[in-house]
Amino acid sequence: MQLLNLYNCLPTYLVLGALLFAFGVYGMVARRTVIGMLISSEFILAAASTNFMAFNRFLAPDPVVGQIFTLFIMAIAAAEAAIAISIMIAVYRNYKTIETDDLVDLQG
Amino acid sequence: MQALVCQPAAAPALFSAEGMVGVIFLLTVALVVTGALIAVNAQRLVRAVAGLAVCFTGLAGVYYFLLSPFLAMMQLLIYVGAVSILIAFGIMMATPEEQQAAGMKHRSILAGPLAFSVGALIFAALTVLGLKTQWQVFPRQGSFDIKAVGMSLLTTNSLVFELISIVLLLAIIGALVLAQRGRN
Repeated sequence: MQLLNLYNCLPTYLVLGALLFAFGVYGMVARRTVIGMLISSEFILAAASTNFMAFNRFLAPDPVVGQIFTLFIMAIAAAEAAIAISIMIAVYRNYKTIETDDLVDLQG
Repeated sequence: MQALVCQPAAAPALFSAEGMVGVIFLLTVALVVTGALIAVNAQRLVRAVAGLAVCFTGLAGVYYFLLSPFLAMMQLLIYVGAVSILIAFGIMMATPEEQQAAGMKHRSILAGPLAFSVGALIFAALTVLGLKTQWQVFPRQGSFDIKAVGMSLLTTNSLVFELISIVLLLAIIGALVLAQRGRN
C-alpha cells in the first residue's frame, strides 16, 4: 500500500502546495468581493508555507530555517489581514459596498 | 525513480500503527482540500470563512506530519484563532445583508472559466515541476525541536525577529488609524 506511505514522501506536499496555490489564484480571479479576495490571498500564503515546511522536512540540512520562515509568513499574513480588514471597513463607510465592480472611481 | 524523495521508502501494512498514521494523513489532506473548495466556491462569505478555518485546521495537521508540532500549534493559534475570526468580524461589520448572498451575481461570462483555466494551468505546471525535478537531499545537521527554533530566533535570526515585531506594531497602529478615519 504505497498510498499509506504518502506522508513520508516529498511530492505529496508539493502537490498539496500547488493545489492550495491554484485555489488561491482561482479565488482571486473569480471572487467578486474584497473579502473573498482576502481569503484567497491567505491560501496563496499557506501554499508558500507548505512548500517551505516540506523542503524543510525532506531536503534542508538545518531543519530550523524552514520553520522560522513559515513563522514569519504567518506573522506577515496576520498583519496583512488586519490592514486589509481595516481598509475594507474604511471603504465600506464611504461606498456602502465591498464589491470590486463598484469601487471604480479612479477609472473615471 | 530517483525523483521521488521518500524517507523511509518502505510502505507500511494497513493494519499497523504506521498504516493508521497513513490513513490519518489522508483524512487530513481531505480536510485541507474540502475546506479550500468550500472557501473558494461558497456563495455566502460566512461559509467561505468557515471553509477557511476548516482548511487551516487540516493544514495544522499537515505541519504536524512535517515533524513540527510547534508550527502546528502556531497555525491553530494564529490562523484558525485569529485571522479567521478577524475576517468573520470584517464580514459582520462591512457587508450588507443582501450582499452576503450576492456572491457571484452579474459577473461576466468569462470570469469563471478564465479563473478555472488559470488555476488549473498553474496547478498542472507546479505539479509537473515538483514531480520531475531531481531533488538533492543534503545530510542533516540540526534538529527539529523547539529549543533549536528558539535559539535561532534569538541568535541567527534576531534582526528579522525585531523587524517583524516592528512590522506588527505598525500594522496595529495603521489598522487603528485607518478604521478610525471617516467615523463620525
